[in-house]
Amino acid sequence: MIDFKNLDISTTKECLLKKEFSSLELTKFFIDRIEKSDLNCFITNTFENAIEMAKESDKKISRNREIRDLEGIPIGMKDLFCTKGVRTTAGSKILENFIPFYESTVSNNLINDGAVILGKTNMDEFAMGSANTTSFFGNVINPLKSSEEDTKDLVPGGSSGGSASSVAANLCMAATGSDTGGSIRQPASFCGLVGLKPSYGRCSRFGMIAFASSLDQAGPITKTVKDAALMLQSMSSYDEKDSTSSRKPIPQYLDFLNFDIKGKKIGLPTEYKVEGLNSDIVKVWDDTINLFKKNGAEIVNISLPHTSFALPTYYIIAPAEASANLARYDGVKYGFRENSDDLEDMYELTRAKGFGDEVKRRLMIGTYVLSAGYYDAYYLKALKVRQLISDDFKSAFEKCDVILTPTTPNVAFPIGEKQKDPIEMYLNDVLTVPASLAGLPAISVTAGKNSMNLPIGMQVIGKPFDEISILAAGKLIEEYRGF
Amino acid sequence: MSIDNKTVKKVSKLAKIRINEQEESKLIEELNNILGWVDELKKVDTEKIEPMLSVFNESMVMRKDEVFSETSDELVLKNAPESKSGFFVVPKVVE
Repeated sequence: MIDFKNLDISTTKECLLKKEFSSLELTKFFIDRIEKSDLNCFITNTFENAIEMAKESDKKISRNREIRDLEGIPIGMKDLFCTKGVRTTAGSKILENFIPFYESTVSNNLINDGAVILGKTNMDEFAMGSANTTSFFGNVINPLKSSEEDTKDLVPGGSSGGSASSVAANLCMAATGSDTGGSIRQPASFCGLVGLKPSYGRCSRFGMIAFASSLDQAGPITKTVKDAALMLQSMSSYDEKDSTSSRKPIPQYLDFLNFDIKGKKIGLPTEYKVEGLNSDIVKVWDDTINLFKKNGAEIVNISLPHTSFALPTYYIIAPAEASANLARYDGVKYGFRENSDDLEDMYELTRAKGFGDEVKRRLMIGTYVLSAGYYDAYYLKALKVRQLISDDFKSAFEKCDVILTPTTPNVAFPIGEKQKDPIEMYLNDVLTVPASLAGLPAISVTAGKNSMNLPIGMQVIGKPFDEISILAAGKLIEEYRGF
Repeated sequence: MSIDNKTVKKVSKLAKIRINEQEESKLIEELNNILGWVDELKKVDTEKIEPMLSVFNESMVMRKDEVFSETSDELVLKNAPESKSGFFVVPKVVE
């Protein structure tokens, strides 16, 4: 069997079109690898469908007709996207047996572009987590190991942990993710990949199981920046079924390849030198700054004064929205039900048994901050601070074109760590949450490795709907990192 | 602001999540920690700031008021834990 491990999407597509191998061979290669993998990346496999989709792609290629953008490319689908006729769980017991009768717009776009769906990837329950340890279907393991302690399993990050781990382990070519506060960028960073969260409104939220609707945004996790552009092209669309779907024209994302970083202004926010920022990461950040300088970019110091308030703001807004969104899981219309003779008991017991600890914690917080007497002090206050955080970015972008920061304060950590205190886990997202609150596009690209050979990701944040600039900046990092 | 037994009981009732005594004491501690941490926001002067409800700033358009159906009652009910004669079934409610 040919080794398909090190191919990117565009090379693979060329090979498919030249008939050097077929999509069926490629698909079977990944199926075989998924079957042998013990990283727990997938909740549900869709191998039979995948084989049919691959055959269909091969047919189109052999006829040389109607060949689509992602023709025959095997990918993983985060189990947050509803897939018609295929179980969709969001990593929760409460949706253990839920089979949607409709397709999410994002997965539909990918299928219409010829992608072959291998299965539904594991994730933190309802996307609430940063280590993929809250899934009802068990934690996901990062295929990467520390060179010092190679017996310890590391977390892949979260919430799109199954997607990131499966791409890093070559179980698929690319995968979809969703990002509410860092759930694409942080796992991409932990697994040595590229993760792109587009501007809010670029990808439709229709059929994407809701966590915090004002923040949720779909995006790709890939091996290369170019692959991220190809996946994003397919995933993006205006959608009548999503009231916050953007009507702005969608550019040709591959145009980033012709975008020159020379003369562009790279903003460095002093406030991102947060307490506890790992020294190896600081070094890679400095190296990356120099790289941009060498390539003719101008480095500008900027200030985002409300950065330290972003995480507390997020941990009011996201749980508040979640408490409303997750009210639908009542044991009546779909999903798990705990039977009882009394209706109130049935609701309370269904939700008590159907949700895991982290989800319950956030639903309690969300309910509390929205309850009479606390709404103004917490929820309304957080909405006001969110405005200030967004204004910070607006004024910063008057002075620069993109903002360069690390993605995470630390590298991937062993499974079981940071489990005692929820806040310790929340701090993983301290550098990704601000861009989410402001709805800005942001990419994480591996820029270096620490002494234990673990990847370090850099984050590039762009102006609204300027995905091209962050792809171009990401490409520069990728080109010069030396591995 | 601190959360006590009474508040946790009330919130769990509102959130419709049954909790036992053991969970209750654990939640009191965790929620107090988290709320203590978010209390940091009190330091921010927001007197003249309007709340930000969404980052989406395009005008929302009405879609045509047309009936379209991509599904059937049968499919909708297929995921229900219990259904009968085209309805969802819940425990008997007597007021």
